[in-house]
Amino acid sequence: MKIIVLIKQVPATTDVKIDPETNTLKREGVEAVINPFDMYAIEEALRIRERLGEGEIVALSMGPPQAEQALREAISMGCDRAVLLSDRKFAGSDTWATSYTLARAIRKIGDCRVILCGKQASDGDTAQVGPGVSTHLDIPQVTYVKKIEKIDAASATVERMTEEGYDIIETPVPVVLTVVKEINEPRLPSLKGKMRARKAGIPVWTAEDLGCDEGKIGLDGSPTRVVKVFTPPPREGGRVLEGEPEETSKELAGLIKDIIIG
Amino acid sequence: MAEIDAIKVLNEKCVGCSLCVKACPFGAITMEENKAVIDLMKCTLCGACAEACKFDAIVIQKKEEAPEIDLSAYRDVWVFGEQKKGKVQSVSFELLGKGRELADKLGVDLCAVLLGHNMSEECKGLIARGADKVYLVDSPKLKAYQDDPYTSVLTELISKYKPEVVLCGASTIGRSLISRVAVKLRAGLTADCTGLDIDLEERLLLQTRPAFGGNIMATIISPNTRPQMATVRHKVMKEAEADPARKGQIIKEEFPDETYTSRSKLIDMIEEIEETVNLTEADIIVSGGRGVGSKENFDIIRELALTLNGAVGASRSAVDADWISYSHQVGQTGKTVCPNLYIACGISGQIQHLIGMKSSDVIVAINKDPEAPILSVATYGIVDDLFKVVPLLTDHFKKILA
Repeated sequence: MKIIVLIKQVPATTDVKIDPETNTLKREGVEAVINPFDMYAIEEALRIRERLGEGEIVALSMGPPQAEQALREAISMGCDRAVLLSDRKFAGSDTWATSYTLARAIRKIGDCRVILCGKQASDGDTAQVGPGVSTHLDIPQVTYVKKIEKIDAASATVERMTEEGYDIIETPVPVVLTVVKEINEPRLPSLKGKMRARKAGIPVWTAEDLGCDEGKIGLDGSPTRVVKVFTPPPREGGRVLEGEPEETSKELAGLIKDIIIG
Repeated sequence: MAEIDAIKVLNEKCVGCSLCVKACPFGAITMEENKAVIDLMKCTLCGACAEACKFDAIVIQKKEEAPEIDLSAYRDVWVFGEQKKGKVQSVSFELLGKGRELADKLGVDLCAVLLGHNMSEECKGLIARGADKVYLVDSPKLKAYQDDPYTSVLTELISKYKPEVVLCGASTIGRSLISRVAVKLRAGLTADCTGLDIDLEERLLLQTRPAFGGNIMATIISPNTRPQMATVRHKVMKEAEADPARKGQIIKEEFPDETYTSRSKLIDMIEEIEETVNLTEADIIVSGGRGVGSKENFDIIRELALTLNGAVGASRSAVDADWISYSHQVGQTGKTVCPNLYIACGISGQIQHLIGMKSSDVIVAINKDPEAPILSVATYGIVDDLFKVVPLLTDHFKKILA
């Protein structure tokens, strides 16, 4: 059974601090990593392969040439191979064009039963690409998956996290599953995996390789446009209360009393 | 990465002030020989540099696409009415509040669309909260949300009635549904908008959303496609007040059976209510972080929350240390909350946590470290030992509320 994992390379925001003077992210030396939510997708793909005792896992990413590093990391965790979609023509893609391009590549890879990805990327936070891919491929989806109860080459039974608890859903495959943090604990790459990743050849596919409709990729193929970027006004009224705990707690109680009695 | 020639620095205008270097959220600009140089591999054409440049030295050329569709055929503002167990969710009432404002600016009707079973009573609620029309699709097959039938029905309704704006809650259901509908309709969709306005001249929806954890705001438009679609998180907009005297029209729609077909099957819906107060619905949240120190110590946080009739939140490090369960986690990989009052105890305020709570009305931070980033977003800060301050605060409120 072939499984495709969609991954995105994002800035490793765990170490990002706000510059108090300019109120912007300090980006110097911020390394790029696999979107944390996609790590759960990779781990789940590995677990499906282990559970079934067979299967091939292909990691797929779209991005600049340096996104190859994220794909090598995916291989070091245990993915069998990887494909990078990189082309200047993909530049400026919004979620519509991105999901179109990924869907073209999934078709080209062919014969895939399960497509896994994180529920959203940590930089864009849209949660639109997973559902977009399932729509372009015209296959079912289950979003926010927190557990795969059963899976084989014909169907899957999964739990979808909701605001109140979870739904149990049975779906035919092929299917797109977007996963949440609760689903597993991603493993660390093995030494053997790292060696394999270093040697792995990662093909780069362009718009031409995918036979993309040029009107559907990149900035031109994207319905949305960013027209303005600005820094939000800083929060106002910040005040540090001075004094001993007895005094500060009393003053604070007075300041927030109205909200609580509200 | 940007296409060649899509962005240019006009060397004759560039004075080497490096304002653009600071403005670039992607670290794509460097100064070489006192002129700005843009690394196209990193550039996303966001325009922050052009905005920051005081000398008009950076030009962005965006190719104009010829509109393929007749934009003027699209009218009205729609709000997707999200229902669970037959009850319209409050996020939909919040969208009706904003939707009314947008519809009035555009001079069009505000319409709600409701999919479900036996929903007639709920239609009245949508009208009371500002809808001029409610498009109702009533079928036992739409009783609970499922991706396929909801996508088909909503896509068909939009194709038939051609609204110019469609708003939807950024909930589990909303995000799963509307992303599919937007792809089917080849429409632009902007997630998690915190601001929505209208450019009347062009009849464009101006969609403002945070990027990079809220450190940068971006305004996004969908100039050549319709409808213009946006999602908004729960509690970001103010709920529309109900006026039972309001009049509106209910338009019932029916579809052939195949429209309701679902490839996947909903077997069961399980509710897990751990707390008496749901975190995302809570008006008051008391949260604990690494500074709380242990599982047992969380009782101090719980007691204050209980006294204030609020919910208990936590930072990721407290959850990772196993002091409290994941369902309490606030932040990027947890829940986004927007209460009237957020009390952060022993939370340093890493950017990931701030993303999840910084739109709270009033933020209180209690932390030993005067350098903790949480203090920069706090309305009131106390730099002290939380084990002293929090129990005292609990005592004060026990007296006040007695």
